[in-house]
Amino acid sequence: MNWLALVSIVSAAMAVSFGAIGPALAEGRAVAAAMDAIARQPEAAGTISRTLFVGLAMIETMAIYCLVIALLLLFANPLLK
Amino acid sequence: MTSPLQSIALFHLGPVPITEAVIATWAIMAVLVAGGMLVSRRLALVPSATQSAFELIVDTVDSQIRDTMRVEPAPYRAFIGTLFVFIFFANWSTLIPGVEPPTAHLETDAALALLVFLAVTWFGIRAGGLRGYLATFASPSPIMIPLNFVESLTRTFSMLVRLFGNVMSGVFMIGIVLSLAGLLVPIPLMALDLLTGAVQAYIFSVLAMVFIAGAVGDEERAADTSSNRTAP
Repeated sequence: MNWLALVSIVSAAMAVSFGAIGPALAEGRAVAAAMDAIARQPEAAGTISRTLFVGLAMIETMAIYCLVIALLLLFANPLLK
Repeated sequence: MTSPLQSIALFHLGPVPITEAVIATWAIMAVLVAGGMLVSRRLALVPSATQSAFELIVDTVDSQIRDTMRVEPAPYRAFIGTLFVFIFFANWSTLIPGVEPPTAHLETDAALALLVFLAVTWFGIRAGGLRGYLATFASPSPIMIPLNFVESLTRTFSMLVRLFGNVMSGVFMIGIVLSLAGLLVPIPLMALDLLTGAVQAYIFSVLAMVFIAGAVGDEERAADTSSNRTAP
């Protein structure tokens, strides 16, 4: 195994692990804020949870981008051809 | 382990390679069209149980469009509803043994995102004319034109990567757990995958609604909501 493959594998793992930190914190904050809002105003729960789901999917996309980058490094690396 | 990014052609139809995902897409399309025709063949004013169940689905789609876009749902019902139902069934087709969801491949998602991009342009031009649609790019101020233009491309790309990443990561994870731990262990993960599939179908159609609503503009929406308020 040459050093380029080694670096690719290590950086793929790092991309996923560090890329998961930010979205995890952000999703926690978003859910906490939504819970707070629903507790204050239970009649708006439908609208809040719909917006929350869309927002969570937006935030989650950041982690998914990291996963796609990691898979590109592992399976479709242009430097390893 | 095969790469999740590549898809292998099963056979060639002339110069066009046909992959497993295309076959699955055709099967889902056939099931949906056949089911739709079967249910809508005998529509009655006093609905049967089946007709009521399907009317409930259409009503739910309508109310979601009304809530998200604040317009009358009739022109958008067909596109948004088809988008949701197709992605939902495609994501849940993983329940059938041996079937890989077509949305776990890049091509299907690219086609869906391209459809949304074209629909945004089409509905935007239809609502405000070509001039009105182009004016939405300069909506806060003309300085934003390049940013808005780039955004309309990147948000399409991000829809594609979002759907692909979520569905593919579920399939990929189940494959890894199955090869490490063995039979019956990935069942909780598969249940989680079904939830993700349903949520992603909802998200995809909601985002399509939001983008179309942004292109349609505020004037028509204001006119529609004022007519809504007079209705009972």
